[in-house]
Amino acid sequence: MELYYLTAHELHDLLLKKEVSAEEICRAVFDRIDAVEEKVKAYVTLTRERAFARAQEIDRKIAAGEAIPPLAGIPVAIKDNICTRGIRTTCSSKMLYNFVPPYNATVVEKLEAAGTVMVGKTNMDEFAMGSSTENSGFFATANPWDPERVPGGSSGGSAAAVAAGEAITAIGSDTGGSIRQPAAFCGVIGLKPTYGAVSRYGLVAFASSLDQIGPFTRDVTDCALMLNAISGHDPLDSTSAPGDVPDFTSCLKDDVKGLKIGVPREYIGEGIDPAVKEVVGQALKLLASLGAEIEETTLPHSRYALPAYYLIATAEASSNLARYDGVRYGYRAEDARDVVDMFMKTRSRGFGPEVKRRIMLGTYALSAGYYDAYYLKALKVRTLIKQDFDRAFEKFDVLLAPTTPTPAFKRGEKMDDPLQMYMSDICTLAVNLAGIPGISIPAGFVNGLPVGMQLIGKPFDEGTLLRVAYTFEQHADYSRRRPSL
Amino acid sequence: MITIKDVEHVALLARLELSEEEKQMYTKQLDAILEYAQVLNELDTDDVPPTAHVLHLRNVWREDEVGEHLPPDEVLANAPETEGQFFKVPRIV
Repeated sequence: MELYYLTAHELHDLLLKKEVSAEEICRAVFDRIDAVEEKVKAYVTLTRERAFARAQEIDRKIAAGEAIPPLAGIPVAIKDNICTRGIRTTCSSKMLYNFVPPYNATVVEKLEAAGTVMVGKTNMDEFAMGSSTENSGFFATANPWDPERVPGGSSGGSAAAVAAGEAITAIGSDTGGSIRQPAAFCGVIGLKPTYGAVSRYGLVAFASSLDQIGPFTRDVTDCALMLNAISGHDPLDSTSAPGDVPDFTSCLKDDVKGLKIGVPREYIGEGIDPAVKEVVGQALKLLASLGAEIEETTLPHSRYALPAYYLIATAEASSNLARYDGVRYGYRAEDARDVVDMFMKTRSRGFGPEVKRRIMLGTYALSAGYYDAYYLKALKVRTLIKQDFDRAFEKFDVLLAPTTPTPAFKRGEKMDDPLQMYMSDICTLAVNLAGIPGISIPAGFVNGLPVGMQLIGKPFDEGTLLRVAYTFEQHADYSRRRPSL
Repeated sequence: MITIKDVEHVALLARLELSEEEKQMYTKQLDAILEYAQVLNELDTDDVPPTAHVLHLRNVWREDEVGEHLPPDEVLANAPETEGQFFKVPRIV
């Protein structure tokens, strides 16, 4: 297989055996970008020169006989809502088209320390609001499996970059499914860690009680390596969870014997494409044949997750996005009469339609007279949703569900109907409301399009998710398939 | 039922200036989304505490010590307009 289609751990082995250099890996990925980026459009900014300089630095270390960490020399793509010092960070918004952060996000610092090579900043739905990357303020990204279809969103650029060989791994953020849904649509692995497990310092805030950073990779081993690199307590993030982080590679065991897997019936019922159900059914059979104990269960408040989510997420967003006022950074409208007129014109022209829609909805839900009826009500329903999961995890080690109700949909198909677009996240939203971890792994194909299976775990039990995902991967070849572009 | 007047009020709170076309569109769409959200009222939540976030963290303290900080020119580098060490904005009154 071409270098750009290998996994990080395969490339690491080649580096150790001196069969390939970090510079050669870097060149392979940038040559691939030159060949396919016109079709895929995964990146907002490429950091080519820095990447080669960094790769050569890694090669010098190898030549000097220094031990290199497992991700050293591995090309990584970073979603463009994660701050990178000296490199434009736009959130795919006109509002931040010229914003150059003076500091690095903690995950970026950690990936630097792990020796990774940043390839560039990836396209996304503006301010992470969307499920198709069509809401980017700059351009839409294509699905590498079928360029007529969306890559999912909001981390569509990161998912597409990994699927297309334009990066080996990537970083995204997930507020309601923005890592798992595009991972499913693009046939790669995507993990949303437990709330608080990965520092969010330097992540541009969308909905602070839901946002979480996580990795995209080609296989489960790489996912464990990325999680090792980015996890851990950070004093710069007051919502970062204290405590030690395990070595997640120790969870990569081909063994699910006796493991209890619950299948919530609400996630395989109405609204789920029968072909997706079929793929999930086959995956369950495989896991059962490997000794997992599978049983149907219930998360009775599932149907309330979508409305609760959209009230909570938009309320938090309306508050978080109040900072974009044209004063300290980003876009400013020039023809204002006075300061308030400048705020109004800046915000009206700087934000795109979906961002404005969500600010409007969130502002309404928080406004006098409606706070109790909408926002507070949604927070109470959130408690019920969380209790559903608590109850299920008294009996089960993990829950298994589709990641998305359908495979990747056609571009333009859902752009006129926000509710239809929101529906594409029905299988992932509740996991963010409960703050628990979820992983999407390729579980099959329908008409040449990848279908993702989601494993949901107890808080801080990413290890069990990785174990089940790893076992599945050892007995199914879906994550070894690559699109032909 | 959301009216154009509601949309205009909320837009002002959010410091957004909407075109007539946008007002029409958001009135229709917000109405549909909030109508859909009515489903939450099927649930009796009188005795349910709200969950604002899921971590069992309370106040997170640190010593009030001067640490590393960014130099003023880097802080101001992204500003549309500055004067000396200040952000500059159009007239306020």
